[in-house]
Amino acid sequence: MLRRRRQFDQWTVITLGIILVYIVFMIYPVLSLLLASLRDASTGAISLKHFQKFFSKSYYMKAVINSFKVSVSVTLCAVAVATPLAYIISTVRIRGSSWIRVFILISSMSAPFIGSYSWILLLGRNGYITNFFKNYLGIQTPTIYGLPGIVLVLTLALVPLVFSYVCGALKNTDKSLIEAARNLGSGNFKIIMTIVVPLIIPTILAAGILVFMKALSDFGTPSLIGEGFKTVPQLIYNEFLGDVAADNGFAAAISVMVVAFALLAFIIQRAISNHLAFSMSALYPLEPLPAYGIKNVLCHLYVYLYMLIALLPQICIWVTAFRKTKGLTFDEGYSLQSMKTAVSQMSVSIRNTLVFALSAAALIVLIAVLVSYSTVRRPNPLTNSLDVLTMTPYIVPGSILGIAFVSAFSRQPIKLTGTALIIIIVLAVKRMPYTVRSSTAILHNIPESLEEASLNLGASSMKTFARITMPLMKNGIISGAIMSILSIITELSSSIMLYTGRTQTMTIAIYAQIIRGNYGLASALSLILSVFTIALVFLVFKITGNKELSY
Amino acid sequence: MSVTIKCTDIVKRFGDNTVIPGLNLEIKESEFFTLLGPSGCGKTTLLRMVAGFNSIEGGTISFNDKVINQIAPNKRNIGMVFQNYAIFPHMSVIKNVAYGLTTRNVSKAQTERRENHVLDKLTITPLRDRMPEHMSGGQQQRIALARAMVIEPDVLLMDEPLSNLDAKLRLEMREVIRDLQKSVGITTIYVTHDQEEAMAVSDRIAVMKDGVIQQIGTPRSIYHRPMNIFVANFIGSTNIISAVAGGRTVTVDGYRAEIPALASPLPEGTAVKLSVRPEELLLAGPDVPGIKGTVKSSTFLGNMTHYLVMLDAGDEIKIIQESSETDYLSPGDRVNLTINTDKVNVFSEDGAKNLTRGE
Ligand SMILES: Nc1ncnc2c1ncn2[C@@H]1O[C@H](COP(=O)(O)OP(=O)(O)O)[C@@H](O)[C@H]1O
Ligand SMILES: [Mg+2]
Repeated sequence: MLRRRRQFDQWTVITLGIILVYIVFMIYPVLSLLLASLRDASTGAISLKHFQKFFSKSYYMKAVINSFKVSVSVTLCAVAVATPLAYIISTVRIRGSSWIRVFILISSMSAPFIGSYSWILLLGRNGYITNFFKNYLGIQTPTIYGLPGIVLVLTLALVPLVFSYVCGALKNTDKSLIEAARNLGSGNFKIIMTIVVPLIIPTILAAGILVFMKALSDFGTPSLIGEGFKTVPQLIYNEFLGDVAADNGFAAAISVMVVAFALLAFIIQRAISNHLAFSMSALYPLEPLPAYGIKNVLCHLYVYLYMLIALLPQICIWVTAFRKTKGLTFDEGYSLQSMKTAVSQMSVSIRNTLVFALSAAALIVLIAVLVSYSTVRRPNPLTNSLDVLTMTPYIVPGSILGIAFVSAFSRQPIKLTGTALIIIIVLAVKRMPYTVRSSTAILHNIPESLEEASLNLGASSMKTFARITMPLMKNGIISGAIMSILSIITELSSSIMLYTGRTQTMTIAIYAQIIRGNYGLASALSLILSVFTIALVFLVFKITGNKELSY
Repeated sequence: MSVTIKCTDIVKRFGDNTVIPGLNLEIKESEFFTLLGPSGCGKTTLLRMVAGFNSIEGGTISFNDKVINQIAPNKRNIGMVFQNYAIFPHMSVIKNVAYGLTTRNVSKAQTERRENHVLDKLTITPLRDRMPEHMSGGQQQRIALARAMVIEPDVLLMDEPLSNLDAKLRLEMREVIRDLQKSVGITTIYVTHDQEEAMAVSDRIAVMKDGVIQQIGTPRSIYHRPMNIFVANFIGSTNIISAVAGGRTVTVDGYRAEIPALASPLPEGTAVKLSVRPEELLLAGPDVPGIKGTVKSSTFLGNMTHYLVMLDAGDEIKIIQESSETDYLSPGDRVNLTINTDKVNVFSEDGAKNLTRGE
């Protein structure tokens, strides 16, 4: 271990440099937000006015309660759907399961708000399914608008995340544990409840908190499908950018409370997980075995039904993208018209999306690799604080990060609003925790003695990093970069707070077209986004040599 | 090129845990020096202090009287063979071997000459352009040695280099290492917990326990005249028998033996411990005077037979005798034991001090 006393070398400089970057682009925006929430804009004095306003009207409290309802229901539903799915796919031989895994993965890569718009196309007032039931069967389908629709869409969007976490945990569960339980006379159900569930509880909690945060911070889904059902991100958006009486200070106050709440949830999850934590690694991992009879049928039914529901919105969008349009309404028949319009009119946002994603990914990879190296190989108070800093965006929802950036960088000394840079930075900061985590995991798997051997042979620590550490991390770094690109191209909640006409991205364009009612164009753009996504997913498969991704 | 290494009062702490409380050591030029001790006694820690990977909390380490405490590990010109070999998996064999040369400004012709020489010496020339994955332990070991030696280091450090090999390869590689060290004449520190391996390769051995050196000496002197009971037990196999001394005689259960090697006559009635190797005990019939006991078990191993004898006084004793076709003992047989008095070691009762003269 390189724990030397005299550690003031290039790595100290790098650590300090990145800490400085985070002070400017994380601490400072969050502090500005806090300050804005405490300042009376008219007098400039410190006051609790905004917080008083919040508690004075039940309208605001209602949004908080709504958000809470959404987050809790989505978390419960996603865990309830994903855990059996993961267990079945990990233990029962399902026809086409490797493709099912790929589809689940791809369905996780699409932006939730596109899902909600596509469910409106299917089950909305004038939806394909709604009309089918009404015209042919005379049945009125239940409404998709409001809480049920939001929960449906976000659950489907977040099941893949829980699924991949649980599959990971099951992969580390040794077959012999289950065999031992069976040998001791337990039945299947008892084994699941007494062995499997306790083993994966910490994983479910970790995935659950992520789902909770993502559901809490999602802006697009409730805006599109919620109708009267207002949640906190919308409240913030309206107070911040609303046409009528925008109140920045008030938006800031709400944000501060949300972050405080998220922090609390995060701390509780940590405490529980640490309490339950144990490490597992399997010599003989669980493997899918053929099932027979009714069990086999039920397992297949469950998996295929989920697949159908998850794929439906995608198919719907692909079909819609090729429907003939007349103005804002659809005509009979199919054409390439929407696709052509998308490519010709929206080339700026397509280009922006690619440029932003690539630049942000480059930034993310650079910083994540340096951060993980310094925290893993040189643990000291300085690098530990860096680790904490890079993780903070976990608990700051995207839309709030967006307005924090606006309140910090809309005036001198650092004026960035309206530039592409501010969007790139916000995207990078937001995605950073995931990539830092994955690089850290990669680094833990590289024996430190390789680096020591290099030093011993006369290479400097920088040369060692460049010639030994980096090449060994290469595959992991590249897939980390692609995963970042994947998540960035479908990002909406923070970029929508920061964009201008020139820096519009594809997701913003899609959102704008949906709001405008231009469904054909929105579908065509979504299709292009899906194609990018699928291409990137297969690129990661090719690089890593297997069909698995980590978030 | 070769150097002497001197450790003066060196201290190593991990937090509050003092692993090495002040250690002194001098290693001669071109010497094959081994740190030997049970797992966890601080051998690796000491080696890594010399390599520069561990901080030094007190004292100095010097090469040829030049203190190296503050020199960065990449500036020390030390060759090191790691326990897991640490072969760079993304580089071919030759790239691994040449790695240390690329960090030094060695001319192209010189580089090639040295590479070929070392590959040839370790008989890995055929592996030259292959990637190291899927290579056997022995091959990886040779690559690691080649990579360490090609930079012509001042010092060679090896941390349990044979521990990952199977028994047969271990014997083969220890010859390779020994020959290489002798032909180059490089000062070497070798770490192992295997006493047989240590004796086979070393010029001198330091036996360590809990971060403290118990004895430094040649394999012979350590084997024949261990400084305390810990060393006697750790090096080879031995029997510890309680006895009472007076002058230059010791008495065990009524059997008196003259020990000419005792350094000075002892006061009458001094309690002592004898350390007798299993091959230094002779079995005789009950009519010959000796220490009385009963055979508990015998194991026939071809040329040798191992006996376990329960002394009447209570100690259990291991004995190794050359096998003979007619002359063997069975469990339950009564025997008397006599001792080869030239080879016996007498320790103070607490086992901390050897009372016999070394040669
Ligand atoms: N990096 C470290 N941090 C804390 N304690 C350590 C570290 N390295 C070694 N130790 C402790 O130092 C002692 C000696 O370890 P080591 O030198 O590895 O023993 P050996 O190589 O003789 O088996 C052990 O008790 C071990 O727990
Ligand atoms: Mg060791």
